Amino acid sequence: MCDTCGCSITPGNRHLVEAGGKLANIQDGRASVEVLTNLLAENDAMARHNRKHIERHGVLAINLMSSPGSGKTALLEATADALGGRLRIGVIEGDLATENDARRIRAKGVPAIQITTGQACHLDAHMVHDALHELDLAALDVLFIENVGNLVCPASFDLGHHLNVALLSVAEGDDKPAKYPVMFRHADLVLLSKADLLGAIDDFDTAAAERHVRDLANPAPVMPVSVRRPALLENWIAWVEAKLTSRRMGLVQRPRVERDARNLVGMHP
Amino acid sequence: MHELAIAQGLMGEVLRVAAMHGANGVDLVVVRIGALAGVEPGLLERAFSVARAGTLASRAALEIEHGPLVVVCSSCGAETEARADRIVCGDCGDWKVRVVEGEEMLLVRVGLTGVGEAAPSEDKSEPPHLQM
Repeated sequence: MCDTCGCSITPGNRHLVEAGGKLANIQDGRASVEVLTNLLAENDAMARHNRKHIERHGVLAINLMSSPGSGKTALLEATADALGGRLRIGVIEGDLATENDARRIRAKGVPAIQITTGQACHLDAHMVHDALHELDLAALDVLFIENVGNLVCPASFDLGHHLNVALLSVAEGDDKPAKYPVMFRHADLVLLSKADLLGAIDDFDTAAAERHVRDLANPAPVMPVSVRRPALLENWIAWVEAKLTSRRMGLVQRPRVERDARNLVGMHP
Repeated sequence: MHELAIAQGLMGEVLRVAAMHGANGVDLVVVRIGALAGVEPGLLERAFSVARAGTLASRAALEIEHGPLVVVCSSCGAETEARADRIVCGDCGDWKVRVVEGEEMLLVRVGLTGVGEAAPSEDKSEPPHLQM
């Protein structure tokens, strides 16, 4: 048994965690079994476990996703400054290599755990589970999980977080949501980062970016932010504080798309 | 290239099913991949051939079913098909739609061989807090 959160999953019993499907058509030792489990059932079981663990401490967990270089770490640094200790935050950093990002966050007096994924292009629930055990959740209000910079793979993995935030820096182009629909469909909030550059970049149309998000059937707010303009951080900070309040009232439970998708599992005969 | 991680998750499920039914081989694996699952079928096939190596399923064939992307419109109520990069109502064009099919990434069916020739795994106890 795991000492920190009491989970009873071990490598030896993990295969028994879920029931084994319906057996049909046995003939000469051949059988066809109808299953209908999610391909990532093992990840999802661990994610549910992480979420319970996080919620037991009243913490709100936010997964940040974007391309590399769109300003996730800078946003977290500025968020720490803007909150000025009003909320207690912690960060799990995901990168292929180096402790650089965790070091930047710790320099702000915020606890940070670095996950180095090696060659893996995304974080999964098992990696986050290990990192959670190194964090004192009782001392936190909001946990930010900074995913590996990648607009494709991270969207497919539930980590046990409550909300997805996708960053789109204005230098990247306003049609990114159309090009990477799965990622931007998963976003509960889209931040247009480096918005202080909007004056210098004349081909980024914030209305078009929002339209591309709507074309993915996503009602998420689309907000310009800049770590260089305190006024352009206020909406983001207010959003985080509002979501923490909602979480504590039990109103924020899991990312919108995952909530919908989970209802689909098992619906098909 | 997260398809390898997904193929490994898939193999975990397949081998669990095989063990629970006491099979000594797997010859068919059928999955259903929705248009919004974020999985590239060609990459999943290649990753599957890596993930199955050295297991009971080392010669299993992979069949991928592609479901349509179906949305129900919150404005006009129509149920229509949509494209992954333009998830709007096919009738009235409104974006306020709910995806009712297209997110799936499911293991649908497993073809087992040699069922009953090996001893089934006995311990089927499930940790209570992990039940679906």
